[in-house]
Amino acid sequence: MKKRSLAAALLVPFAASAQPDPSDWEAVLQEAEGQTVYWNAWGGSTTTNDFIVWVGERVSEDHGVTLEHVKLTDTADAVTRVLSEKQAGTDSDGAIDLIWINGANFAAMKEADLLFGPFAEELPNWAYVDTEGKTVQTDFTVPVEGYESPWAMAQVVFMYDTADIAAPFGSMTEILEWSKANPGRFTYPQPPDFLGTTFLKQALVDLVDEPSVLSQPVEDAPYEEVTAPLWAFLEELTPTLWREGRAYPQTGPAQLQLIADGEVDMAISFSPGEATAAIANYQLPDTVRTFVLDKGTIGNASFVAIPYNSGSAAGAMVVANFLMSPEAQLRAQDPEVLGYGTVLAMDKLPEADRAAFEALDLGIATLSPAELGEVQDEPHPSWMTRIAEDWALRYGTVQ
Amino acid sequence: MLRHVPLLTLVVMLGPVAAGLWGTLLPAFGHLPGAGLTGPSLNAMQDLLNWPGLVQAMRLSIVPGLLATLLSLVIVVLVTAGWSGTRTFGLLQRALAPILSVPHAAAAFGLVFLIAPSGWISRLVSPWLTGWDRPPDLLIVQDPAGLAMTLGLVAKEVPFLLLMTLAALGQVRQEQRMKTARNLGYDRVTGWLKTVFPPVYRQIRLPVYVVLAYSMSVVDVALILGPTRPPSLSVQIVKWMGDPDLTLRLTAAAAALWQLGLVVLALLLWRVGEGLVAALGGRWIETGQRRCLDQGLRLTGLGFGVLATGVVTLALVGLLVWSFAGFWSFPSALPDSFGLRNWSRHGPGTVAAMGETFLVAGLSTLIALALVLGCLESEHRSGRTVTTRGLWLLYLPLLVPQTAFLPGLQILLLQAGADVGRLPVVFAHLVFVLPYVFLSLGDAWRAWDPRNAVVAATLGAPVVFAHLVFVLPYVFLSLGDAWRAWDPRNAVVAATLGAPPARVFWRVRLPMLLRPVLTAFAVGMAVSVGQYLPTLLIGGGRVATLTTEAVALASGGDRRAIGVYGIMQTLAALLPFALAIIVPTVIWRNRRGLHV
Repeated sequence: MKKRSLAAALLVPFAASAQPDPSDWEAVLQEAEGQTVYWNAWGGSTTTNDFIVWVGERVSEDHGVTLEHVKLTDTADAVTRVLSEKQAGTDSDGAIDLIWINGANFAAMKEADLLFGPFAEELPNWAYVDTEGKTVQTDFTVPVEGYESPWAMAQVVFMYDTADIAAPFGSMTEILEWSKANPGRFTYPQPPDFLGTTFLKQALVDLVDEPSVLSQPVEDAPYEEVTAPLWAFLEELTPTLWREGRAYPQTGPAQLQLIADGEVDMAISFSPGEATAAIANYQLPDTVRTFVLDKGTIGNASFVAIPYNSGSAAGAMVVANFLMSPEAQLRAQDPEVLGYGTVLAMDKLPEADRAAFEALDLGIATLSPAELGEVQDEPHPSWMTRIAEDWALRYGTVQ
Repeated sequence: MLRHVPLLTLVVMLGPVAAGLWGTLLPAFGHLPGAGLTGPSLNAMQDLLNWPGLVQAMRLSIVPGLLATLLSLVIVVLVTAGWSGTRTFGLLQRALAPILSVPHAAAAFGLVFLIAPSGWISRLVSPWLTGWDRPPDLLIVQDPAGLAMTLGLVAKEVPFLLLMTLAALGQVRQEQRMKTARNLGYDRVTGWLKTVFPPVYRQIRLPVYVVLAYSMSVVDVALILGPTRPPSLSVQIVKWMGDPDLTLRLTAAAAALWQLGLVVLALLLWRVGEGLVAALGGRWIETGQRRCLDQGLRLTGLGFGVLATGVVTLALVGLLVWSFAGFWSFPSALPDSFGLRNWSRHGPGTVAAMGETFLVAGLSTLIALALVLGCLESEHRSGRTVTTRGLWLLYLPLLVPQTAFLPGLQILLLQAGADVGRLPVVFAHLVFVLPYVFLSLGDAWRAWDPRNAVVAATLGAPVVFAHLVFVLPYVFLSLGDAWRAWDPRNAVVAATLGAPPARVFWRVRLPMLLRPVLTAFAVGMAVSVGQYLPTLLIGGGRVATLTTEAVALASGGDRRAIGVYGIMQTLAALLPFALAIIVPTVIWRNRRGLHV
């Protein structure tokens, strides 16, 4: 195989001429027929995996697209893969056609020109998307510009076992007080796990006086000063954690097992419906409920993006479009299935679909949209990276 | 054509290892042109040295590695010394053999649930004995010292070493030695240690080294049972390999070299230890002491042997129970309800993964089998046999830590623009499958002794594995009497009937040796089914086998899903063995001499 220089590799992707044009949807559908789409999505949650299987069945029925779920342990793996392919000059038919992505990974891929597009706002179902009320055009403050299409809304909630905790907490400080009084009953996933870093960000947003400073890149802010309350908080919290902070669950769902085993009483989640779904799957006791903090909690959207070298970009767009369809969105919001928030605007939907959404029983442990309250903005992705690095230095190795 | 097969086999087996090491060496010294970095430089080494977790990660490679190897060896020696030839020993041997084919990851999953503070053992004694209605906040799994990880390794390595020892016992005339020792008044354990152990150890030395290298660099077991702040060096290498920041690949490569160095160092250390033990043992032998805590050592050995068997068996039963469990909270000893829901949710996924698993395993094992048969036949016709040095070559892919050459191999494959996916994975598996197929078949093939099959079959399925895999390489050194007795006669008879060598091969030799060939096939399949790292790194995530799916699920902690996958993974490894027993029995039902 011939090796290309890095410079040549950088020039090639956008010279590729045969890329499908999303504005000609009929042509996209035609090209998509018979394609196989490798969707790289985090595979640690069995409910999500089941949902992806269902999506595969539906796009195969309707459009003859075969969907293969490549189960990742970390989305960064997929970013690496595309990056290595680019470096190796694999500018067509790369291993990945679709990635479940957001935040820092999206920022990195967009920055490095590793994405196909813009396509998202050309998809037929974009017409239903709630562009006013939901953060679907920025991703962790980075403008999306059509390079990824949204498929689920997420918001931080805390799951707690009412058998052990009488009333929910209103702030991070209250959580700290409770943990001090009940040592060993709380933990969070080990950063750089996505949810673990989210916990750190949520704590930061709740602890700083003026969260607006977090919307600018970390380089432009007085980092030490802004994050000082966070590290002070962790200094106090860590010795009271499960296993005294000497071990951490490795992912979000691993916390469910800890609650079910009676090892901890509370856990952070990025999906308001996760608790209800987990109760239905016997993964949580039916005494678990959820709460949000008084000042509100962080929310963001989950997206799918298409690598620049996908050989099945048409098929991938068909999947992305299907994910935004009322049918798929309704199923994703069903707490028995996923319990993810929809990205659609109710007032843009046809009458029948709107009625179906309204008829949906959100389940015993899911807060209503009103109860979920105010959504706090995600900090700029550079904060997440920096805080995770700092955490690793302070707590990532045995002292 | 046939003449070139041995060379081809060596290339297929060692080529990827050599290429992988080369691919590791360059980036370790800062040379990764694909990323716009040209070396040589020491930046990557510098970055590695600046990583605050380095010392602890190295400790987590060395200590559990040496400890697991030492413990496994001691348990095996005590059990064999105290009990070989007894009924108890036979029972233990039969219980341990199937555990050998249980994939490491499945055993580790089961173990987590068994020994965690909220695990099965704790549930069985709570709250009536312990008073716990909540699990105690104890750090057992993921402990910073890596003890849980060591335990998981010991439970899997004891069967391996025991079966290797069994094979070796046949080569050293154990009964004769023991009879002499007993007549001179030596107690059982002391007598065995003084007269049988030295020659046996000489024969199991290479397998012991394999255990040491493997335990030091294992990834899947460490991911499941090991600590995370920081993880062991090999796990950290895999993490760095997966980071979007490409400069961390250089750090990973540097760490991979470091890992290789650690393994070499540990092997040297072990070698020095061997010398020390030999010197001290020699003096002990000269004292003529007839007994030394014999009864105590016997019981200790048995206790540990039973524990090792019991732990893995119970762990697998735990997986089975979880796979059918409804809600199951602490401290209930059993789930509130049982049902098929977990199987109907995850069953279809496991079937798809099993298809991929068998495809990869089947292809790699078929290639391995063809190459090995080619080698053996060529050896037979040319009259040349594998030397001791050849044996080392055979063991080399098992002695080089996976994390030292697989990252480099992945970098090379990508730079060469080779397509990722199934085929590269098949060849990566081949590196690990070939040695085992060779070892398991070589002996039977040379001996050409259908008695092997008979003996094996009477011992039951698992022990076929034992007998054939591990009767093994040492026969290279002293080809058995059976070879001399059987081989020429069969060949001569066939030749006098006018059969050319090829016809002898296809019509006489291969059919007669169907059972060992199938067993070797099963061994190859089991080895391939259990491979985690080659599948993950070389498959680019597109090749989803039961093992990679199960380890990915482990991070999510859904025990019901892990139960289903773990059970299917174990079945996938055991199924080929069942076939290796059944198929020849059915085919040769009219051939008493080849029958069981």
